[in-house]
Amino acid sequence: MLIRHETIEKNSILLLVLTLLTISVGGLVEVVPLFTIETTVEHVRGVRPYSPLESRGRDIYIREGCYTCHSQQVRALRDEVERYGHYSIAAESMYDHPFQWGSKRIGPDLARVGGKYSNDWHIAHMADPRSVVPESLMPRYAFLAANRLDTGDLTARLKAQKAVGVPYTDEQLAAAAADLRTQADPAADNTALLKRYPKAVTVPGGGPFVTELDALVAYLQVLGTMVDFADPANENLRQ
Amino acid sequence: MSDRAIAYNEDIVKKFVVASMFWGVVAFLVGVVLAAQLTWPALNLGLPFTNFGRLRPVHTSAAIFAFGGCALFGTSFHIVQRTCRARLFGGEALANFIFWGYQFFIVMAALSYVMGFSQGQEYAEPEWHLDLFLTLIWVLYAVVFIGTVMLREEPHIYVANWFFMAFILTVAVLHLCNNIAMPVSLYTAKSYNIAAGVQNAMIQWWYGHNAVGFFLTAGFLGMMYYFIPKAADRPVYSYRISIVHFWSLVFMYIWAGPHHLHWTALPDWTQTLGMAFSIMLWMPSWGGMINGIMTLSGAWDKLRTDPGLRFSVTAVGFYGMATFEGPVMSIRAVNALSHYTDWGIGHVHSGALGWVAFITFGAFYYLVPVLWKRERLYSTRLVSWHYWIATLGIVFYIAAMWVAGIMQGLMWRAYDNHGFLQYAFVESVAAVHPYYVIRLLGGLLFLSGMLIMVYNLIQTVRDPATARRGEAGGDLAMAKA
Repeated sequence: MLIRHETIEKNSILLLVLTLLTISVGGLVEVVPLFTIETTVEHVRGVRPYSPLESRGRDIYIREGCYTCHSQQVRALRDEVERYGHYSIAAESMYDHPFQWGSKRIGPDLARVGGKYSNDWHIAHMADPRSVVPESLMPRYAFLAANRLDTGDLTARLKAQKAVGVPYTDEQLAAAAADLRTQADPAADNTALLKRYPKAVTVPGGGPFVTELDALVAYLQVLGTMVDFADPANENLRQ
Repeated sequence: MSDRAIAYNEDIVKKFVVASMFWGVVAFLVGVVLAAQLTWPALNLGLPFTNFGRLRPVHTSAAIFAFGGCALFGTSFHIVQRTCRARLFGGEALANFIFWGYQFFIVMAALSYVMGFSQGQEYAEPEWHLDLFLTLIWVLYAVVFIGTVMLREEPHIYVANWFFMAFILTVAVLHLCNNIAMPVSLYTAKSYNIAAGVQNAMIQWWYGHNAVGFFLTAGFLGMMYYFIPKAADRPVYSYRISIVHFWSLVFMYIWAGPHHLHWTALPDWTQTLGMAFSIMLWMPSWGGMINGIMTLSGAWDKLRTDPGLRFSVTAVGFYGMATFEGPVMSIRAVNALSHYTDWGIGHVHSGALGWVAFITFGAFYYLVPVLWKRERLYSTRLVSWHYWIATLGIVFYIAAMWVAGIMQGLMWRAYDNHGFLQYAFVESVAAVHPYYVIRLLGGLLFLSGMLIMVYNLIQTVRDPATARRGEAGGDLAMAKA
């Protein structure tokens, strides 16, 4: 064997090709079946693409690097299920490009933060986290409430997501701008919005324009709420 | 040694050494700032570009890709020329383009993070246009490196170059596969990754863990295989171990990614595969450690007189520790406790500071007098100071993170007598404050050591006392010989 190795280490191309083959095995075995095995992502009711406002909120979540301190993945462990709610299932992040499961909890998990706090709590918390949680280490995000949400390329952003597999319908794309405004306006009729995006939470808005904070709160409020784990149709998920 | 001098391109090596030292200071400084922000959150200032979330990728990218990356470019260009007895392929212009292109990438990436452009995937934050630019630089790097290997006069490719080639090749594959994304438009620095959810998670951690395995391990093992034998003046301990541990390391590392996703929505079979290979990875990792440390057989006395070598050997020791700790943490039962806690942060830093930074320091303390044609380092006493201050800093850092991490893990799962969760999450946040102060102190020590090194190396190049005897202006004469 050692004598044979001489032929490899005297031939750079052979060495490279063998290295490439060696490193390919593990990746192929672990990644490819995740796309082909049917049971990898569960079939459940309720998971839908993010509403335009939620999607823009998610962009801001990524922009601010929230994933550096917050996970979005309740692990299948007793204490986590009791603390955060039902463990996360793959279907819940099937439209997340990219996923935001995180790797560190400097702050708590956010996979099921939706509906846990009121809009007002989130608004106060973003302005000054220590006003509501004295021990918090979180930076202040007061500037989000002052920033006008850039909606200029809203449809382009949704279309880009559609191109990678998020099933936005033509109707949803056409109504994107209106849906975004509606979700940030409690006075508006949100029937059509809720039909297109069930469980979308309307945020107070109230300013002269839709802010980045409105979008972020809308996103946080939908996290973990799409799948109804009490629904008998989803019962086969229970362990 | 050669009987005829080859005009090696040492200028490019010098450039990368200087850049690596500069980015090292930046990376450690930003790390200290982040540690301070976690200790006293008011230091975030509440401004978009100073908040933790945007600065953290600056720290990780500066440490891994700027400090570590420039060290790898520089030392690999040095080693490949010497061990192949060939001048760098492609000429000076190409080498300089790679250097300035890579610096441009680093600066643009850092600026883009603080300005709020991010792909939102750890260690792969640069947006799509920067990814494309980096691909160009990386392909040119591969061409230059492999081209030089093909020009070699030595029939055998030296073991250090196997590791560098595996590193260059695999990082290219990882980078390309993990960053396939759909841009919003040609003019927008925003894209959506082609994969979502569980598949995206698997690909990301296949990438992320092999950034560790190939960027921070294989590349730096290449460094070890050249500089430890050089500084110790001994041959590599075992040729057989190098072969076995090279092939087993490159085969097994690539499987280890799923241990970042234990107990998640990733299917169990994938988690189990990841765990099994992570545990097996212990052996090839220790093969490298044994080969590095045992190379000092018969030369252990050099540790007393050569503090640079002390850095290299301690680095291999930390490598052995971190590659034992890693497999332990990859066991699902342990991971249930350790994941999401500061234990992970401690583990990363025992690898990044103890292994990556120390092996680089050892290499540079050897390399700078060679490159700048100096008789010796300006001060070995200062090297000793650097060594002890930095080692103490690492010990503070990782010990604090062990305690903080295990405490967090235990608090999160603690139940009271009535069967309720005992602590609110925020109580675990408050409880780790003292350890965050200790971590900050550890980081400050490590940064101070780095500043001592910078001073020492600048003096080595500038102080007349370190000039080679009888060789005033010998620099030019040597290059033209």
